[in-house]
Parts: sequence; structure tokens; C-alpha cells
Amino acid sequence: MEQTELRQWENRCIQEESPRCAAACPLHVDARECCSLLAARRVDKAWAVLARTMPLPGVLARTCDAPCKAACLRGEKGGPVEMGALERFLADAAQPPKPLRPLPRNGKSVAVIGGAMTGLCAAWEIARKGFAVTVYCEAPEVGSALPDGVLDAELAAMDRMGVAIERGVTPTQDLVEAQLEERDAVFVDSDGVPEAVRYFGEPDEVTLGTNRLGLFASRAGEVSPAFQAAAGRRAANSIMRFSQGVSMVKSRELEGPYDTRLYTNLSKVEPAAPVAVGEGYDEASAVQEAARCLKCECMECVKGCVYLKHYKQYPKVYVRQVYNNEAIVRGTRQANKMINSCMLCGLCDTVCPEDFAMGDVCLEARRNMIAKGTMPPSAHEFALRDMAFADGDKCVMARHAPGADSSEYVFFPGCQLTATDPGGAERAYADLRERLGKVGLMLRCCGAPAAWSGRDALFRESLSELKTAWQGLGSPRIIAACPSCIKILREAMPEAEIVSHWSILSALGLPRTALKTGGTLAVNDPCAAREDGAMRGDVRSLLDALGVSTVEPEYSGELTQCCGYGGLLNEVDPALGQAAAKARADAVDEDYVTYCAMCREMIARTGKTAMHLYDLVYPGEQRPGDRPTPGHSERRENRVRLRERLLRELWSEVDGVAAEEFEKVRVTCTEAGAAAMEERRILTSDVQKVLLQAERSGSHLVHGETGRFLASFRPAVVTYWVEFEKTDDGYLVHNAWCHRMKIKGGQP
Amino acid sequence: MSVITVPGTGAGGWRCGPCDEDMVMKPVELTYLNSQFNVELPACPKCGYVLIPEPLALGKMHQVEQLLEDK
Repeated sequence: MEQTELRQWENRCIQEESPRCAAACPLHVDARECCSLLAARRVDKAWAVLARTMPLPGVLARTCDAPCKAACLRGEKGGPVEMGALERFLADAAQPPKPLRPLPRNGKSVAVIGGAMTGLCAAWEIARKGFAVTVYCEAPEVGSALPDGVLDAELAAMDRMGVAIERGVTPTQDLVEAQLEERDAVFVDSDGVPEAVRYFGEPDEVTLGTNRLGLFASRAGEVSPAFQAAAGRRAANSIMRFSQGVSMVKSRELEGPYDTRLYTNLSKVEPAAPVAVGEGYDEASAVQEAARCLKCECMECVKGCVYLKHYKQYPKVYVRQVYNNEAIVRGTRQANKMINSCMLCGLCDTVCPEDFAMGDVCLEARRNMIAKGTMPPSAHEFALRDMAFADGDKCVMARHAPGADSSEYVFFPGCQLTATDPGGAERAYADLRERLGKVGLMLRCCGAPAAWSGRDALFRESLSELKTAWQGLGSPRIIAACPSCIKILREAMPEAEIVSHWSILSALGLPRTALKTGGTLAVNDPCAAREDGAMRGDVRSLLDALGVSTVEPEYSGELTQCCGYGGLLNEVDPALGQAAAKARADAVDEDYVTYCAMCREMIARTGKTAMHLYDLVYPGEQRPGDRPTPGHSERRENRVRLRERLLRELWSEVDGVAAEEFEKVRVTCTEAGAAAMEERRILTSDVQKVLLQAERSGSHLVHGETGRFLASFRPAVVTYWVEFEKTDDGYLVHNAWCHRMKIKGGQP
Repeated sequence: MSVITVPGTGAGGWRCGPCDEDMVMKPVELTYLNSQFNVELPACPKCGYVLIPEPLALGKMHQVEQLLEDK
């Protein structure tokens, strides 16, 4: 990622934009933080937030006219937060914070003429920047009645900051001129001097500069204490720039009130009226009022995504981590797992007001990792091996319908459907042939694992084989059932006409086999259907025709959530994948119906009843929600057997693919053994290879107590260990584990 | 290269079947992604067959594999 791209992405994420209160306040007081602390009864900390931003906080907090109120988003839900009253409560109740430490003295001096609120605030701010400041005035006067001692305390604080106050001085033009001679700059508080002293014309809006070099002045007539204080701060900024000889105007856009891009969703906010101010708040009422603050933030994407939530930040932070991850030459790449865990489902950019697409960022990062050779070998290997298997001789086929020499359509059930519900795929194909006639069949993978893992070359290779097979059938219209296949193939093969099986069924009507048992089911839209309203509509009309009343989870339709399989999350971080599935499962009380094989598997594995639409349209022997979720090995076997059975029964062909030697090893597993294999992604075929190797080499260990055997083998890049006993006709597997580290010295 | 000893790594009752020997701890070279380690592991004193016990494979060894993958 280039730095300019990083900046563009960072700029899109608005989570760090100011809340409306801070943006509307001319001093940018962090009212959100203040309220947050006060709501937690941290009175002194809340006051410290005000005191570090406000000049003369004891005075200003008691006189502040709270321009934030008009901007407060709570105004739309009961009434704006009473920030002025909260400030007054804090000024009265809190312990004074540590005195401010001004910057070291810079050897320069400034005169402030006029001792009203603006002049005093200017003196405060200028002194903080390290200037020696002298205020000339009749007497300091802030124009409001304050409790005894408040003003004196702030003047004493100013004294400690190095501000000298010359009282009893009548401001005159001569005084201004004399100070201009003597000092590095002069500031005139226009509301604190007689009109005759304002001989310098209207000060510039941005710089408060006048037609006299080094003379700055506030604009007369400002009545808002907050804006008076802000004018003082603006003057201090200008005098700083003037004394340093830098630009007087550059990058000052955010000095006064500004518009913020922060978006905060109010849809779940209950209205709440302000706590009555009365004579002023006591602690209980102030805490209650502060708790009404919405703590405005965006987090729209994070709210709906288990993955974004898991890493505890938001995309602006993540994209920086992705960038840094790529920049590391030597050292640990901390964000590899984060990059590889995104489900690439697109929900974040759908809900983001600025279309921040975490999926695009992560997929691009994956591609770069592949290109640089820094992709962890273990991240996607199992899924890619599974894809290679689905595209291998034992699973792949492309045929015209039995007895036909051309195809009008070709049915493409997808490798996950054939792995998890081969019977359903077979019945669907029979129905399509019966009602549409010349429907060919293609069994293989669409290439999604290659695309998701960022392996573009592998994806193109797989796609090219797919295209060749499809063209071999005469380029018929493709009927695909899997929403991910449909999405991927429509993007990658614009020359092909790809229709969803659901739209075909909508047009043809339900087959005779359909179970019209009715009932209520929750619809789970797969993330691949997010942008396919037509497909979602077809599915709902089919459910309607089945007599099913449907309910929708909160995240549904184009806002649907991924089940945890997308982007290969479940391979990279199985625990997080399962958490995503669990979140999906827990979103509704009703049983789920979906139309993606992997959504069904992921949700059903959480223990929630979930069925595929095929379970209702092309039911097997089990009740729709009871179909088991096959493990990794069984999924492979299902594909192989489906191909063999169809070849034999429909085309009267014998499977031409010879079984490999290891496949003849007869293996059964104990429950614990099967569970260990499943969790560790060890296939029956891996175990068979170990056992065959042990048989041939004679190498094995034996356990002194149990008498069981242990053997290992490294068929490719993983070493598998299998703990087993011999049975009459084969092996019983008790346990299996694996590692990637290689034992040097020839142990196979 | 110094030999790494992983606490708790033992033969756990396994002995070499064909040699009929108890396993003994001895330094074994392990490699992964251009890194090499010398680790004390149970091995047959006669034929040299090395055991990677389950807790090691799924524990420390797995952690090191992941660290190396992110290097």
C-alpha cells in the first residue's frame, strides 16, 4: 500500500472525527469526554477536562453560554445536554487541578490593552505560549456576577503564569503606540477599551491582525463568553505566528467552530428529557444529566461485525496496522492474522457513510503478501488443498445430460453443496433434467478459496479450466445454486449467462418433492447475496410458496452478516469463525433457513437448527433440520461418491480414476480420535498415508501400558502422527496430531 | 547451536517397536522456514526414530511455527 492510499483510506473512516459539541465549541472543549467522566462520578477528572482547554476556567465555566448545545445530537432525542449547567456544577464541586505549566519563556513580551474577558483570556493564552505578558486596564472586569474570590483566584493563577496586570491605567491610543514601540506585539481587547482607542480599523477575521504591524485586536461587540475566550486564543495563535515569522493564515480552518463528518446512528436511542437545572445541579442530578450524553461516535461497521469487534479498534486504526505490517522487512508482522481474518463480506462498506471497505484493504494486503512471499504457509493451505481436491480427477466432471449431445443449460451445484448435501444436489439435478430437458452437469469449485486467499494466479488457472470445460459443453447457460459461485462467476465470466437455481425454481414452480409443511423460519441471507436483491426475492417467494412464514434477523438482506466462513476466516482463526457463526445463530429464536451450503454448516455446527432450502425443496430421508454436518474427510468422500454414483447410474460409465494405494488402508476412528482429526484438520486420507508408510517401513513406537502403536509420516508439508491399534481387518485410530516443523535427518 | 530443552517433553511411555528399546533424550535438529533448532527430544538409541509428543506439537512447537510464519 502506498502512503497516499493509506491517507485516503484513513480519511474515509470518520470514527475519529470530532463530536458535534466539540466541533461547535469555539474552544473545542471535549464535552463528550467531560460527560463520560462525570457520568462515572469522576468529578475531578471531568473538571480537569474543562480546565485544560478553557482559559480562566473558574470564570469561563461559570459564565459559558454553551454554544455546543445547539449542535448537541441529543437534541433530537429529548433535548440537548445541559452543558452550561454541568460546567457550573463542576466549577463549584471539583478540586482544582494542577496549575498549568506554560511553555518555557521565549524572551519576547506582549502587551494586552483592556482587561475584559477577551483581554484576560488572550493574556492567559499568550502567557501559556511562553511570552511575558502585561495587561493594562482600569481593573480586570469579566462582566458577570461571580462568587467571591473566583476572579481573584484566576488572576492569581495568571500571576503565577507570569502575567503582570497594571491596574488603574486608562487605555489610550498613545498607550497602544508606546507599547507597539516597546513590545514584540500588542493585543487590544476592543470591548475593554474606549471607542477612541479603536483607531486601527476592523481586525482581520482569521488573524485578528490590524492595519498596524504587530497590532492585533478583537472584533468589538462579541457578547458570548465562549467566543470572547476563543478570540483571545486566536490572538495568541496569531501573535505566536507573527513572532516566529511563519504564515499567518495557513491551516487555521479548525480554529473556530467547524462542521464535523462524524456520523452517529440514533435509531436505537431512546428519547430522554434533560434533568431540570433549577438553581443548579447537585452531584446526583449532574451525574444523571451527564449520562444523557450520547458519547457520539460512528462505529457503524464495528457494531455489525464480529471480526472488526474482535480486534478492539476501527478501520482507521486497522488500515494503519495493515500498512505498517507491509512495511516490516525484518521483525514480526503483527497484523498477518488480522489481515487474513476479514470475511470479505462487504457489510462494513455497506453500512459506512463513507464506504470504507475493510474487505478491499485486506484482500489487497493478502495479494501483496503472496507477491512478497510473506503469506504464512498455514493460513489458507487446508482450504486450498480442499479446492485442489474438488478440482481434481476424483471430483471434477462436465457432461451433457444422459443421452444428450448438447446442453441448453448446465447445472453447477458448487463444491460445498456437493460436499455437504450430495443427495440434495443429485435430486436437484434430476428435477432440472426432468423439467428443463437438456441440462448438463459440471462438478468442480468456482475458485473462491483462491480468490479469497489473494492467490490471483491460482484463481485464473482454476477459472481457465472451468471455462474450457464449459466451452466444451457449448457454453450453455449456467444454473448455479451457491450464491458465492454466482457472485464469483458473474464477475469473472461476463461472457456466460449465469442464472440462480432459485430464479429457475421461481419460474418453474416448486417440484413435486417439495415439503409444504409450513411453519415459521428465520431467513439467513448469505453475504454473497448482499448485492443480489433479485436472488433474495426469489428465495423469499419460494419460501412463501412452501407455506413458510418468514422472520428476518436484525442484519438481513443487503445488511446481512457473514456466517464466519467467508474470506476463509474459519480456516485462519477457527475460534473467531465460530464466534461469527454463534452471533448469527443467536440473532433469532426461530430455526434458520438459508441458501448457502456453508452458512447452513457454520450455523448448524453451533447447535442451532438450520436448514438449506434444498432440505425443503429436495428433501432427503432426514427431517430438514436434522441433516448432519459432515466433517472434513466425509465432505471429500461425498464429492467423490457423488461423481462415481452419477457416472455409473446416469451415464453408465465406470469411474476411470484408479484408487491410490493408501485408499485401500481400512481405517475406523474412536470418537476421541475422530474429534481430534476434525479439530486439527487431519483427513482420513492423511491418516491412511501414515498407516501405509508405517506398514511399509516397519517404523513405529509402541506404548508400554496401552500396547497401542504410534507412527508418523510427512506426505507434503505437514507431519502427521497417528496413535492406533490393529484390528482384524484394519486399524482403529485413537488420536492424531500434526506439526509443520521438519525433523532433519531423514525421518519420513 | 545450543540445545533447547523443552520442559515436560518425555517419551510418555512410548518405546521403539522394531528395536524394542526405550527412548532416550537426545539432540534433534528441527527446521521450519529457513530456521533451524537443536531440540532435546525422545529418540530410539538404536535406529534414531524421533518422537514429537502431542503436547509439544500442539503447544510450544505450534507457537514457534506461528512466530516464524509472521517473521
